Amino acid sequence: MLKHTPLYERHVRLSAQLVDFGGWEMPLRYRGIIDEHLAVRRAAGLFDISHMGELIVKGPGAESFLNRVLTNNVAKLAEGQGQYTLMCNPEGWVIDDLYVYRLKGNEYLLVVNAVRVEADTEWLVQQLAEQPDLGAVWVENASEVFGAVALQGPAVAAFADEVVTGKSVAGTDVPKVTALQKNRVGQFMWSGTAIHVARTGYTGEDGFEIIAPAPLIGGIWDRALEVGKSFGLEPAGLGARDTLRTEMCYPLYGHELDESTTPIEAGLQRFVALDKGEFVGRARLAEQAVQGVSKKLVAFRLSDKGPPPRPGYALFAPGEPDQIGQVTSGTYSPSLGLGIGMGYVTPKHAVAGARLEIDVRGRRLESVIVPKPIYRKQVDPKMIS
Amino acid sequence: MSNVPGDLKYSKSHEWVRLEGEIATVGITDHAQRELTSLVFVELPKVGRAISAGESCAVVESVKAASDVYCPISGEVTEVNAELANRPELVNTDPYGAGWFFRLRVKDPNEISGLLDASAYSALVG
Repeated sequence: MLKHTPLYERHVRLSAQLVDFGGWEMPLRYRGIIDEHLAVRRAAGLFDISHMGELIVKGPGAESFLNRVLTNNVAKLAEGQGQYTLMCNPEGWVIDDLYVYRLKGNEYLLVVNAVRVEADTEWLVQQLAEQPDLGAVWVENASEVFGAVALQGPAVAAFADEVVTGKSVAGTDVPKVTALQKNRVGQFMWSGTAIHVARTGYTGEDGFEIIAPAPLIGGIWDRALEVGKSFGLEPAGLGARDTLRTEMCYPLYGHELDESTTPIEAGLQRFVALDKGEFVGRARLAEQAVQGVSKKLVAFRLSDKGPPPRPGYALFAPGEPDQIGQVTSGTYSPSLGLGIGMGYVTPKHAVAGARLEIDVRGRRLESVIVPKPIYRKQVDPKMIS
Repeated sequence: MSNVPGDLKYSKSHEWVRLEGEIATVGITDHAQRELTSLVFVELPKVGRAISAGESCAVVESVKAASDVYCPISGEVTEVNAELANRPELVNTDPYGAGWFFRLRVKDPNEISGLLDASAYSALVG
């Protein structure tokens, strides 16, 4: 039995094509993946992200505890600030990648991958039992309590204040949601209840993620579509979410990250605060940072039109007989009109500009390793002249 | 509702055939292109290849997935729609016209009687 988000009936009414995503019946697309992708790049898109998990960690020992189990430095977060971070096991392998927000004082919100909610909760509870010296800490899986939507795209700033109105009541102190800086979170009132609004996303565009008690999320979705319509806002599904994040080279758990990969191998060293003191996985990650890794994540794009690369396709270096790696994410890039992807290769082949051959049904497709992100926003010449 | 022209024959795997003499033109149906969504790549068989009915003979790729296309009737490929290499979206915009896939010299024109007519195919796709 697939789980449904609070927005499920709305997706059905919009004639969305639904798919099973980690046990959730989610919209893959509404109008079409390419149209929705381009709407987000040019105007605005609205995503149901209610499947994502929300964990609350609080108590006098919360900061010390989170700094033991997460790779980034939680102590750097001011009230109302968030950061991307990873949770590793002692081998340095990734249990999950997530956003942690310091809501207030010693209360934190962790936004985690839908498919990892149970694994994360179990791991945190187990770690808590093993580290009783840090002071009182409570871990609560609040994923069933909350629904969430992501409002993404360059036009969002023009109407977000009409979706969630008024000033913040907690977290970052701002007079309106569009006054939030990147990675900031604030609580705002929605029909008498405080909801979380964070300026972040998974598309590479400006935008907000709105996390609210599940019964409120339908009203927020409706209001956003109503207010945003004249600005080009349209609902966008998981298909566009995947093509948008792949263009930006944002990792997806189960593709670029899993329990046989470290953040260093994934090129996420800037989210690993080796200097903050002891944390789970630190020894292995510090060793890799100095001695190097046995595989490295690269981004690539096809040299010409052709079939899009797909996860699992084998990677080769021109003129070398042995496979050098494997595609982890691959798709057609609606922004570039070409196949793009990411994959792990042996470190000596992980050089931007190097040619790469992808085996597609027995045929070798020429591609080139490119710096991340694959897609960079063009500055409109009219804007600077 | 998808478009199902009355003068074509159809396979259960959503290909269409237009038989003119011993030459059959093959493509995928309007229903199939809607289900697949925007196509970004079409891989066609080589001219001269002999294909049996039911054999996988082409691949269509949408943003999300690759799907096989099966040959509805046996024969030898005489011509492919080269335009699809640059404009795979023709399959979405004109599935029974400019979005055709390939032409075959059929082995046995009687094979076509094993395919569905428009009303049977309409019933299949609801």
